[in-house]
Amino acid sequence: MALIKFTNRGIYCKQGNFYIDPWHPVDYAVTTHGHADHVKWGNKNYLCHELTKPILKQRYGLEDNVQTLPYNKEIDINGVKLSLFPAGHVIGSAQIRLEYKGEICVVSGDYKVEYDGISTAFEPVKCHTFVSESTFGLPIYTWQEQELIFAQIKNWVKDNNNKGKTSILVAYSLGKAQRLIKNLAGEYPIYVHNSIANLNEGFAAAGVELPETIRIDIDIKKDELQKGIIIIPPALADGRWVKSLQQPAIGVCSGWMAVRAGRRWRSADAGFALSDHADWPGLLSAIKATEAEKVFVTHGSTAVFSKYLNEIGICSEEVTTKYGAEDDEVIGEVNENPKEETK
Amino acid sequence: MKRFSQLIQELELSNKTNDKIAALVSYFNEANDKDKPYVIAMFTGKKPKRPVNTALIKQWAIELSGIPEWLFSESYSSVGDLSETIALVLPPAENAVDKPLHQWITELAQLNGETDEAKKEYILNAWNSLNTQERFIFNKLISGNFRIGVSNKMLVNAIAKHGEEDSSKIMHSIMGKWLPNEITYQELIAGAHVNTDNSWPYPFCLAYALETEPENLGETSAWQAEWKWDGIRGQIVKRNGELFIWSRGEELVTDQFPELHFLKDDLPDGTVLDGEILSVKDGNVQSFSMLQQRLNRKTINKSQLNDAPIGFFTYDILEHKGIDIRQEPLAERRKILVDIIGNLAIKDIVLLSPVIEFESWEKLAELRETARAINSEGIMLKKLDSVFHTGRKRGDWWKWKINPYTVDTVMIYAQKGSGRRANFYTDYTFAVRDGEQLITIAKAYSGLTDKEIKEVNSFVNKNAIEKFGPVRTVKPELVFEIAFEGIAESKRHKAGLALRFPRIARWRKDKKADEINTLDDLRQLLIASQ
Repeated sequence: MALIKFTNRGIYCKQGNFYIDPWHPVDYAVTTHGHADHVKWGNKNYLCHELTKPILKQRYGLEDNVQTLPYNKEIDINGVKLSLFPAGHVIGSAQIRLEYKGEICVVSGDYKVEYDGISTAFEPVKCHTFVSESTFGLPIYTWQEQELIFAQIKNWVKDNNNKGKTSILVAYSLGKAQRLIKNLAGEYPIYVHNSIANLNEGFAAAGVELPETIRIDIDIKKDELQKGIIIIPPALADGRWVKSLQQPAIGVCSGWMAVRAGRRWRSADAGFALSDHADWPGLLSAIKATEAEKVFVTHGSTAVFSKYLNEIGICSEEVTTKYGAEDDEVIGEVNENPKEETK
Repeated sequence: MKRFSQLIQELELSNKTNDKIAALVSYFNEANDKDKPYVIAMFTGKKPKRPVNTALIKQWAIELSGIPEWLFSESYSSVGDLSETIALVLPPAENAVDKPLHQWITELAQLNGETDEAKKEYILNAWNSLNTQERFIFNKLISGNFRIGVSNKMLVNAIAKHGEEDSSKIMHSIMGKWLPNEITYQELIAGAHVNTDNSWPYPFCLAYALETEPENLGETSAWQAEWKWDGIRGQIVKRNGELFIWSRGEELVTDQFPELHFLKDDLPDGTVLDGEILSVKDGNVQSFSMLQQRLNRKTINKSQLNDAPIGFFTYDILEHKGIDIRQEPLAERRKILVDIIGNLAIKDIVLLSPVIEFESWEKLAELRETARAINSEGIMLKKLDSVFHTGRKRGDWWKWKINPYTVDTVMIYAQKGSGRRANFYTDYTFAVRDGEQLITIAKAYSGLTDKEIKEVNSFVNKNAIEKFGPVRTVKPELVFEIAFEGIAESKRHKAGLALRFPRIARWRKDKKADEINTLDDLRQLLIASQ
């Protein structure tokens, strides 16, 4: 009998009687990472990585019913051996490995294979069944090394700085923001929006070392902001506050920026193809490394990607889930904490 | 190439005219002089002969990237641009080469006549020495087709600003006949080539839409009113025994309209006429759909010549006896025009577009309501003392169109857009009710704000019923008001009729799908409009 089933509540493990990233409330939810399309409020119990706990606390006020695990430590749930392996997607993101009577299944949530300097590096796990995303599951997506992208961002900031423009980087509060902070810190002060500052405090309390940032508040002078780097979540990029800054220049950091249509759509001043998802070669190498006999593709370019896997001899099937609503990154973090929208 | 690549990025990132002009000016300040005529040629749609056909380019890209053809097609439908898709799917380049733009273009031109093997070797080599953005540009150079939202006017303004020259002179110059490999940038902006060229047309004078009541234009006696015709705006140039017909798209269309060729003998040398190419039968202007049968055809058969004979309704005269008279007042030019047309030996093919006599703005408004009956789109208002401006200028000429027809429809299919909108469902198909069924009536692409498109996009994501390649069938729920200019019978469409210029007028969030129009409503409109 298969270890997991795709139900209308989410991915279900019958043998262990728990769900992974369910989108309707259940008794026991195992959580891959803290993004809103993978965590729903209202489950009775949560199990996640140690560093996802501060996110659940900060965003959902969850604490008492959250159980945690470090990476690579096995526990037993109703006879199913469960352990977490780093997914490299954001801080605390984990692939869920299940083992029952010699049968191994890995649910990877979202992942990327390149080490980003802040999230624990992705680790391939051998298994029989692998559940994969395919957000960028088209051969048009091949990321540049992050050093190159950060060099471009630094140049852009420097150029803005010289021209009296204010540099505003648009990035997810969870994940992309910390990645930017970690890799850009040094030359310019970094100002972050509340939603990012709150998460950072949670991370700091959990022992994650992040470079110093300044929480944006109304008292900070516009010409001070002009000399620094501002990081805000996508929902605020078109807002009035941004327009009130001195010559705002908006740089969107997202994998969708790899394509001209994505860049022009946002009518941003610059687009940086910096993604927390695996690119096409990344998806393929990750899947091959699992040596899985069966691959389920849950979100993104599911139809295309699973068709291709079948053609290259990897048995695959697309499944419908509620993860990663298409165009999510372009439109903005629609499922984010509503507080962000009302600033 | 690097500087040009930067220009393209700057042009693409902004949708503000001023930013684009600034980017162009700084390009003209810094770029290699030899590159500039090529850039101007490219941006004004002067296409060189395509050295390698699309099918081959695509085939080589597929081969090189090692992906199946269907996957390439899927990639293409996501990117929305073939040149860019190829640039993205190719394996990373192993070398780096920096050649100036004109050299790439010249080398590409030299591929004409080479064997496919030689072409392939050259193209593959180039791909292997350019980064993604440069590859994209290189692929565009092959197709010669750069659409990046730079109008001729914008380009001309930038060149004028860069060289501190008169913009109409530059417009003249770049609209004439020239080849980028035969002219220097200095010669081009100085217009060295245009005087010896018999064909050059003048830039068209264009009108803005009248946004206020005509009463605000002052005394009626200062204005000339004409019908606004729905055809192809054209310019007829007769110089030194040669005849040229230009369309507003700055295309030479002389060969397409043999009915007008008598002007070669009948029109005096040194005459340039402005007017509308129309289908005119028995003295009556036919609908645009009739004219359409005659457009962009290599050969014209007898029945087409018979069903859709061409006529030319003249509006204005720009050159008389070899002298540019665009600065003369309209009233004077009209007198000359009446004279010229009156002297034509063949009478009923090239006609004066009639001037509408009217006593008051109110009376004119009444007349305007009758425009559709004669296949006119409304009224043109031109100041009697106006000069023939270069391009669009506010104040002297206004178009006062009749309100479009509208119909309430429901969206039933959605497809992702291309170019800027490639990641969003932006192309919709709309249906009206026919009994219990929904029947497709129009496809439309524009008319929504970015915010609305995002909303529709998320509706489509949530309510897609079936996939057919890139097309999604969606729950018939969203009601849109579609505006259109005309309606005609059509055997090609399931509904038996076709709308002209359909576009989204409004998203009717206040209406439900059962409140939309029926096919019968449209049939009645068709009968009424015939």
